Amino acid sequence: MSGTTSTIVNLPDQRTATMPKRDYLNNEHGLLSWLFTGDHKRIAILYLISITFFFFLGGIFAGLIRLELLTPQPDLVASDTYNKLFSLHGIIMIFLFLVPSVPATLGNFLIPIMIGAKDLAFPKINLLSWYLFMTGGVLTLTALVTGGVDTGWTFTTPLSTHYLNTNVVTAATGIFIAGFASIFTGLNFIVTIHRMRAPGMTWFRMPLFVWANYAASILMVLGTPVLAISLVLVALERTLGLGVFDPTKGGDPLLFQHLFWFYSHPAVYIMILPGMGVISEVISTFSRKRIFGYTAVAFSSVAIALFGFFVWEHHMFIMGVSNYSALVFSLLTMLVAVPSAIKIFNWAFTLQKGSITFETPMLYAFAFIGLFTIGGMTGVFLGALGMDIHLTETYFIVAHFHYVMVGGMLMAFLGGIHFWWPKMFGRMYPESLSKLSAVTSFIGFNLTFMPQFVLGYLGMPRRYHAYPPEFQVLNVLSTAGATVLGVGFLLPVLYLGWSLKYGAIAGNNPWQATGLEWQIQSPPLTENFTEIPIVTQDAYDYEWLANKTEHEVTTVG
Amino acid sequence: MDNALVASHAHTHEEEHEHVALPQHCHHFETEQQQREAGTFGMWLFLLTEIMFFGGLFFAYLLYRNWYHDAFVAASNQLSIKLGAINTAVLIGSGYFMALGVWAAEVRKKGLLVLFLVITTVLGFVFLGIKYVEYHEKWEKHHIPGEHFDVSEFVNPQAYGLKETPLAPDMAQKTQVFFSLYFAMTGMHALHMIIGIGLLFWLIWRANRGEFSSGYVAPIENFGLYWHFVDIVWIFLFPLLYLINRHPGS
Amino acid sequence: MSEYHDAANVTNPEHAEHHIVTPMTYTIIFATLLTLTAVTVGAAFVDLGIMNPVIALAIASVKGVVVILFFMHVMYQSKLIKMTVGAGFFTFLVLLTMTLSDYISRAWGLW
Ligand SMILES: [Cu+2]
Repeated sequence: MSGTTSTIVNLPDQRTATMPKRDYLNNEHGLLSWLFTGDHKRIAILYLISITFFFFLGGIFAGLIRLELLTPQPDLVASDTYNKLFSLHGIIMIFLFLVPSVPATLGNFLIPIMIGAKDLAFPKINLLSWYLFMTGGVLTLTALVTGGVDTGWTFTTPLSTHYLNTNVVTAATGIFIAGFASIFTGLNFIVTIHRMRAPGMTWFRMPLFVWANYAASILMVLGTPVLAISLVLVALERTLGLGVFDPTKGGDPLLFQHLFWFYSHPAVYIMILPGMGVISEVISTFSRKRIFGYTAVAFSSVAIALFGFFVWEHHMFIMGVSNYSALVFSLLTMLVAVPSAIKIFNWAFTLQKGSITFETPMLYAFAFIGLFTIGGMTGVFLGALGMDIHLTETYFIVAHFHYVMVGGMLMAFLGGIHFWWPKMFGRMYPESLSKLSAVTSFIGFNLTFMPQFVLGYLGMPRRYHAYPPEFQVLNVLSTAGATVLGVGFLLPVLYLGWSLKYGAIAGNNPWQATGLEWQIQSPPLTENFTEIPIVTQDAYDYEWLANKTEHEVTTVG
Repeated sequence: MDNALVASHAHTHEEEHEHVALPQHCHHFETEQQQREAGTFGMWLFLLTEIMFFGGLFFAYLLYRNWYHDAFVAASNQLSIKLGAINTAVLIGSGYFMALGVWAAEVRKKGLLVLFLVITTVLGFVFLGIKYVEYHEKWEKHHIPGEHFDVSEFVNPQAYGLKETPLAPDMAQKTQVFFSLYFAMTGMHALHMIIGIGLLFWLIWRANRGEFSSGYVAPIENFGLYWHFVDIVWIFLFPLLYLINRHPGS
Repeated sequence: MSEYHDAANVTNPEHAEHHIVTPMTYTIIFATLLTLTAVTVGAAFVDLGIMNPVIALAIASVKGVVVILFFMHVMYQSKLIKMTVGAGFFTFLVLLTMTLSDYISRAWGLW
């Protein structure tokens, strides 16, 4: 932002530029043409609208939580209500926003285009996935308006099966159904990436965004059903009195934890991997360089997916698991930090000696790298057996996963939305306003969650709405930060909405990026390509792009 | 569009069947073979999901069987080995006719295809009927977990004319875990059967219209994968639930 | 396969020639499965100690593999499908062994 005035943005002459006559947005008209569409791009937009709604709904709960924590006294809401606030915040943000965020919107929109296909392999299943997601969302909303749910997003047994009188079954059903939406998205991606690649598009010519989503899809397909069965058993225990997790009948509540975290640890990677894919694309484009160590970054995605299945017990160290297996899981947790670090180092080496420009997506990418590194490093603290005993169930862990999920994933999501916005809608967002919002969210984010690391380290437990007065200063800082953060997230909705009509016309390739998606018109045609591309270049081959541009000029001239 | 594309790229490989003309060919696939292989692959990925779905239940079974072995033996011996074995045979038979149905579709025999699918469905119903008889017996004996669960038969088997070793009251309580798993596992299995039978009705209706006897067999083939998967689950459930220890006194 | 376009993926390890399994094969498999069911019931009534569950599971696994290979055509499918099936069972084994690592070591010697 400061210092540099250079930019790679290359827009067509606004006096003569026009939007394409025909594209996927105006190909058909009316609400029904959207609700029954098989077009992956339109389904991506449907998802984008729905998850934005759920994001702000979950954000309202976060705001109420922070408002309550402004003072040490339990003054704004009653204890039960507070429990419902953080439960609904967690459930909505994780299952209805973070899990589908990048894959179902950007992934849905871009994966077929990036590999040169006309659509995903199963368009109808793609649409079904959105309907399942909406059904899950509506059930969660039903649970919300009929009295809420207060199990926390983890549905811990026997609390959820025996001691609570809230809408556990409704919410669990909602998540079960939304889970199948995620399974179908993942399944569709895997088949598409295996089966629909354009001629010449070999595995190692695919953009890293595709690799990252492929790895996340594997986790969706193999992990989510285990969450599904554990939720089914919780529901059966509540309704019919089965005793699989019920200690009074001989069941083991820890078994629920094992099954739940068998999904929910990999779920962290379902959420973060596609974000890492976005960052690879953005870093490469705004450094004008091929990603350093392309193969290492590609394989590190798959390695994260694989290792992700071997570490879940680190969420259970204080719950009475055996010390020996806790030791094993603690060591394996250290292992999973390696592929994430590989990515960070390779991005850093890509930046080195690159011609870096600071457009908004790049600002978000820098925010991601910084915040995700802090989130990841504190994750290593928490994975270490001795530290975990002290820090778990405190605000330290809250701060840790918000650094990964919000600081990492949400920054990547916003970066990706800004990066591909001109492709999705054919118009640019306002540059200075968006830079302002990126900086605002970065400052607001750190102000919100940095104090929580300290609070947690000092011993403030999570999930209580009253606290000793000596913690108030840090809590006030955190609430103030949350307000700034809220502004940082609200701004993009306003100016992105504005840009749909008034933004500058972007042209095909405003960033001069190399991906196949940038070689077609913006917004794309319904069938993406007028003819199936034949790929002869690697991903991020800027020389190829320069040659191609030159060639185009000569043919026109 | 499709014709143009297929023509523009040289094919060294000749298909056995003509493949551009079929109406089921979706525009975004270049060839029908690509479409068919994508379908099979997608179905298998879905079955991976199913493996992990039942996997959670199978793990729970493994754990509690080791923890409460005596209770599992006593409770398992309450199940009818005869009905269980008959049901296994019925389900294998149903799978056999499903497999024959795939063959009939591939060789384009419409009448045989419909016949085989109908037999598959009927055997599915027979399985569910026998399952109902078994569930009903558990209901009458108060062996359904929950408030009305009754352990007296396990604490005092002689009074019921059983040759089982009596269980201590706390171990007898653990038979509830067995029956919880029994109902969860067979219930989930039965739910898959019911969904499968629903799909079979739809497939029979379509097969009867001749949709699958002109070279387009993907729906039959992929449904067959699902139906066989449900078979496999039962193939494991039968020995695990019915045959834990059938030689009392050992 | 880089430059040459292979729409049907015939030179690709993800591709397998389509194969029609005959009714004869299906019938042999059907008979095998019924026989194995009878064997597993019979074996359950013989006291073999620790071997009882081992044999029951071994027979069930053989039956499952036979169904997968022939009824479900995996025998004639591409490497991709074979690996996919393998990946499913592998992940299930991860769930099994990693969770057992807790339960077994919680009470050494009692398992
Ligand atoms: Cu974790």
